[in-house]
Amino acid sequence: MAKVTLKNLSHSYLAKQNSDIDWALREINIDWKDGGAYALLGPSGCGKTTLLNIISGLLKPTKGEVLFDDKDMTTLNPVERDIAQIFQFPVIYDTMTVYDNLAFPLKNRGLSENEIDYKVKEIGEMLELTSTLNNKASGLTADGKQKISLGRGLVRSDVNVIMFDEPLTVIDPHLKWILRSKLKELHQKINRTMIYVTHDQIEALTFADQVVVMHEGQIVQTGTPVELFEKPKHTFVGHFIGSPGMNILPCEIKNGQINFEGKILPSNTNIKKTNFTKTQVGIRPEFINFSNDGIKVKIKRVSDTGRHKVIDTECSSGSIKILANSSTEIPSENVHITFDKKYTYAYGDNWIIE
Amino acid sequence: MNKTLNQKAWFFVIPVFVLVAFNAVVPLMTVVNYSFQETFGSNVFAWEGTRWFKEILHSERFHASLGRQFIFTFIILLIQLPLGIAIALTMPKKGWGVPVCLILMSMPLLIPWNVVGAMWNIFALPEIGFLGNSLNSLGFDYNFTQQSGDAWFTTILMDVWHWTSLVVLLSYAGLNSIQPAYYQAAEIDGASRWDVFRYIELPKMKKVLTLAILLRFMDSFMIYTEPFVLTGGGPGNATNFLSLDLVKMALGQFDLGPAAAMSLIYFLIVLLICWVFYTLMMKDEGRT
Repeated sequence: MAKVTLKNLSHSYLAKQNSDIDWALREINIDWKDGGAYALLGPSGCGKTTLLNIISGLLKPTKGEVLFDDKDMTTLNPVERDIAQIFQFPVIYDTMTVYDNLAFPLKNRGLSENEIDYKVKEIGEMLELTSTLNNKASGLTADGKQKISLGRGLVRSDVNVIMFDEPLTVIDPHLKWILRSKLKELHQKINRTMIYVTHDQIEALTFADQVVVMHEGQIVQTGTPVELFEKPKHTFVGHFIGSPGMNILPCEIKNGQINFEGKILPSNTNIKKTNFTKTQVGIRPEFINFSNDGIKVKIKRVSDTGRHKVIDTECSSGSIKILANSSTEIPSENVHITFDKKYTYAYGDNWIIE
Repeated sequence: MNKTLNQKAWFFVIPVFVLVAFNAVVPLMTVVNYSFQETFGSNVFAWEGTRWFKEILHSERFHASLGRQFIFTFIILLIQLPLGIAIALTMPKKGWGVPVCLILMSMPLLIPWNVVGAMWNIFALPEIGFLGNSLNSLGFDYNFTQQSGDAWFTTILMDVWHWTSLVVLLSYAGLNSIQPAYYQAAEIDGASRWDVFRYIELPKMKKVLTLAILLRFMDSFMIYTEPFVLTGGGPGNATNFLSLDLVKMALGQFDLGPAAAMSLIYFLIVLLICWVFYTLMMKDEGRT
């Protein structure tokens, strides 16, 4: 168990870095508490796996430090760091039985037979693998195999951090839910620091207390699922999280106010700085209402998802999506909408203006 | 649902039937035909039943060449498999070394078999060949044309030189298809280099190695051209392998009946061993 600190971490796969795009990771600073559940969320290629491999010690960072409990780990290998990592697809030793698979990391660390037996059976029980312990691991289904990889990480009591690199990618949707709750349950039971990498917002938001959203090698926001939803600090967080994502539209900022479609939008934001090359207004589809006056829009399409209606509308600045209850009456002519003041944000060069 | 009856599709299969008939069925049936008859040339045949088969199965000459054949195949598999895997493990995985190694490895495979035999014949000649001359000047009494041990040594060395590359290339392909996550997981689990080989690389190479063993078994069990050019089966009968013996019987002595029976037995042995081996190796595959 350990707290994890990353200081000014940057990494590049190239020998020489000329511009920002040569860096896979840029200036990452993270403080993760001991025993927390964290998620790294971002699209493919944003650097989350790179970051994970740096924390586990499979990669050495170009710059910066990795600290576990304030001890410098930057140059140590994965074994010395005492971490566990679960990969995207199940990594099992085909020729071994399930039991031997789980016992393997313990044997390599020189534990006694009795200790190994006790540990393996304990973990086998926790993961509901007891009945298959003596079977060949290669005969199991994908989720059974992934449970083994998981078990090899959990079986060691000394691990500092357990890392998951999109562990549910190859699992069937109905089993995903079961394994995910299993993970959450395990986290509460063993109380170890867990880092979960995913591009699936639902996985991240259900698993973690704190979600780190990454975009092009940078951390754009760290926060609880609610914070990420209610107040995205970067336009990327706005449209990546939420379904459908945030509406982000060009606007002008004049005298500290948001000017959109020739109207002043009320907002709680206190805007002081104005020298941006690009200014935008962001509003989530959940916080838009129909009204008698406001912004005039044309309705393009209404799709009913059962519980909600997603309404595609268009104004002269672009399209706006609205999420409404299924029972909401949709006006047919002369449609006007207003934005909830509390959740209307201004963005300058993609970052929130506060 | 009503199926319309239309047998025209059979016409599309005719070219294959004709091809297979001419390159496999007709020659094989000719051999079968010969194996049950006695012929004195000019297309006169006399029925002999299973006489040739009984004769061959009880012939000491056949036992001896079959024995030599098994020993030869066993030795070259024993050398080529571990050596091929070892070379594949040390080959670079990326960079300019990859094409260089691959080309170097493919070269022996591209040389025509009789050229390989001729090359090694000259290479190993005791007086003028580089290998033969070097060995003799180092104090070894080496002469592959007169001493059977030396003949075996040279034949095996030649085959190792010629065919180990095949095992290397197959193993290399197998190794390259292993996902990096396996190595990373092993590193995290604290596995030793030997563990990585034993529990990751070897199981993942199982399929290509099965293929390598099958190919090397069949080719070495039917080896003809290279030892024919190198030793001609000699000295005496020391390197007289099954195929060499078969040709001597068929074309040297013109005993077409016994030779045909011998080819069929030969063919069945190869088929049987391949089938048993493949079934054993793939026993577990069906379940996963």
